[in-house]
Amino acid sequence: MDYFIKLLLSGTAKGSIYALIALGYTMVYGIVQLINFAHGEVYMIGGFTALIIGGFLFVLGLPVPLVLLLSIVASVVFSAAFGFTIERLAYKPLRNKPRLSALISAIGISMVLQNFILLAQTEKYLSFPSYLPELAFLQPVREYINSTQFIILVTTAVIMVILTVIIKFTRIGKAMRATAQDKQMAQLVGVDINRVISLTFIMGSSLAAIGGVLICSYMGQINYYIGFVAGIKAFVAAVLGGIGSIPGAVLGSFILGWTESLGTGYISSDYEDAYAFVILILILSVKPDGILGKNQKQKV
Amino acid sequence: MTRKHLISELRASLFQAAWFVVLLFPFLVMKVNVSSGKASVIFRWSALPVVAVSAFVLSFAWRAALRWNERRGDKVKVRTPLSKVGELVRSALARKPIRRTAILALLAVVAVYPFALGMYHTNIMITALIYVILALGLNIVVGLGGLLNLGYAAFFAVGAYTYGLLWKYAGPSFVAAGIDTGWLFWIALPTAGVITTIFGILLSLPVLRLRGDYLAIITLAFGEIVRMVLQNSSSVTGGATGISLIPRPWFFGIRLPPRQAATYIYYIVVVLVILTVFVVRRIEDSRVGRALEAMREDEIACESMGVDLARNKLVTFALGAFWAGIAGVVLAAQTTYINPDSFTLWESIMVLMAVVIGGTGSIPGAIGGALLLKLLPEYFRPLAQYRMLIYGIAMIVIIIFKPDGLFPRNRKHYTFVGKTPSDPAPGVEK
Repeated sequence: MDYFIKLLLSGTAKGSIYALIALGYTMVYGIVQLINFAHGEVYMIGGFTALIIGGFLFVLGLPVPLVLLLSIVASVVFSAAFGFTIERLAYKPLRNKPRLSALISAIGISMVLQNFILLAQTEKYLSFPSYLPELAFLQPVREYINSTQFIILVTTAVIMVILTVIIKFTRIGKAMRATAQDKQMAQLVGVDINRVISLTFIMGSSLAAIGGVLICSYMGQINYYIGFVAGIKAFVAAVLGGIGSIPGAVLGSFILGWTESLGTGYISSDYEDAYAFVILILILSVKPDGILGKNQKQKV
Repeated sequence: MTRKHLISELRASLFQAAWFVVLLFPFLVMKVNVSSGKASVIFRWSALPVVAVSAFVLSFAWRAALRWNERRGDKVKVRTPLSKVGELVRSALARKPIRRTAILALLAVVAVYPFALGMYHTNIMITALIYVILALGLNIVVGLGGLLNLGYAAFFAVGAYTYGLLWKYAGPSFVAAGIDTGWLFWIALPTAGVITTIFGILLSLPVLRLRGDYLAIITLAFGEIVRMVLQNSSSVTGGATGISLIPRPWFFGIRLPPRQAATYIYYIVVVLVILTVFVVRRIEDSRVGRALEAMREDEIACESMGVDLARNKLVTFALGAFWAGIAGVVLAAQTTYINPDSFTLWESIMVLMAVVIGGTGSIPGAIGGALLLKLLPEYFRPLAQYRMLIYGIAMIVIIIFKPDGLFPRNRKHYTFVGKTPSDPAPGVEK
């Protein structure tokens, strides 16, 4: 039982990691119905920004908490700028084209960003400093959950609440929901959909950046390729929960985290990455729109 | 373009150049350097003017191109010099004697290729032609059926491993019985075709109810699962080390030295490519092909016309998988060594890229795209490290400005000419 609880907790930590990235996926999908393949790359860019800016500030001799704060801010700003630029450059010209076109463009962006970092920085794994502080009150339960995991979990929960509040209760949230439902109609009632879409990308990318910093601190290393794997996992999580739905993304991420951690704990650790895909196929076979996804009626 | 317009354009370019300089600054100018456990940040100021100038020029060109692209949408057809050449070639090929001579000349070039250029180029060509088969197969799924398959490499892997495993487990008994191992290739070829077809049907089962993006992600999952199973069941498949020393096909009981073997495999691939082109062409115009295209255009309309969508998807995946299996066997025979690393998601994406860059749904497109993607990097070695970067950019640019691909499909269309009641067949193929 003890073992089971340990696995469950580590699965929860993992799930909250996936959730941070999955939220961005699902937001973008909800608004423009595009699988933003480059989202994982934005997350990687976030990690790299924190590493580079943080390293530079550290060399300058600033105190550690300030370095931490500034590098997270820089990472959010740069990732958001990247998200915005990607949308304007590669997705906007394709907005009224078949959906496959934008997806292919997204795959192209993903390749470009990966190889850009590979060429401009390095192909090696770089060690990522642990920016996060040790929390003293977790000392008694440190066997079950460490402070990095705890911080990630709390951050995810807070972000989810903030997102829900923004989308449910603010003016821009209303505009987002309108755009998601019907772009043309939203435009007719005066919503500037270009602005809404850009904002969605900026928000999603900011989340990815926070995820990037937290997860790289957790893993202790960074590489140009990390975004791709994490991106696919998070995407699976988003689809599991029903893509386009924010609680769905979080739920899917936790299911994915638990499956992986229980699977590696009880079955075999060789197939760690395969469990995600197996559960995806199983769930989609039963519920083709994901767990919390709305069953979209096709209309002519 | 008026003067005022030009100035505002230049100002916008300047602004965007500044934007990109700031955006790319931490990545292009700064670099984290870890030496002996200590991290330091170095600055490469020389990159700065390069970024600034190229961003300025590119942003100017990009907006001009976008405007041109938008304006082009209004007209039915724009005549660029390139399209004029294409038209010229097409009209020349429409005439039978010219077409026949062209095909004969092409065949002659293909036939003497290995003798004229030697083993190195032959081997490169074999790899490229394997990709042609893959692209043609994927073209059935993506181009005709409109189903995005991101796990295509899995079928490729199943084909290659069919041959590999056949060699690993049946090979020793073949040797013991005194039968040439070179025959294994010919056994593997149809076996792999059957097995991958079965895999294709298996994959299509969970996919039948899914649409669009969900379908893409399921195929991706399938591809990754297959790769992981191959990688981790090391007792059966040899795990990450793979299977080596796979025999090359023998020429009617004669074991060929590597050079001749390459030539032989080359001819086998050429025949397979011709066969694939022939079959895909026949499929395109068949009842199945029409149904597939109808499904791609509109699933609901298609279903209400009485086309069985589930059966259609099943057929699509099975057909696409079959060719990947065949290509896999040839790959195993050519390289004599296979391991799971050759069948990653990027491999699937590469084939998809060949199809998209060449022209979705077009046979010359799939051939041209695959050849371009595989041959160019071989002959531009100095640019090898920029290869994926260039491919990525090419993919984005093509999908925005030339969504039909470089060699678009010349779709058959019929025009109504006959007006007199005495004309019983008003449809004339154009």
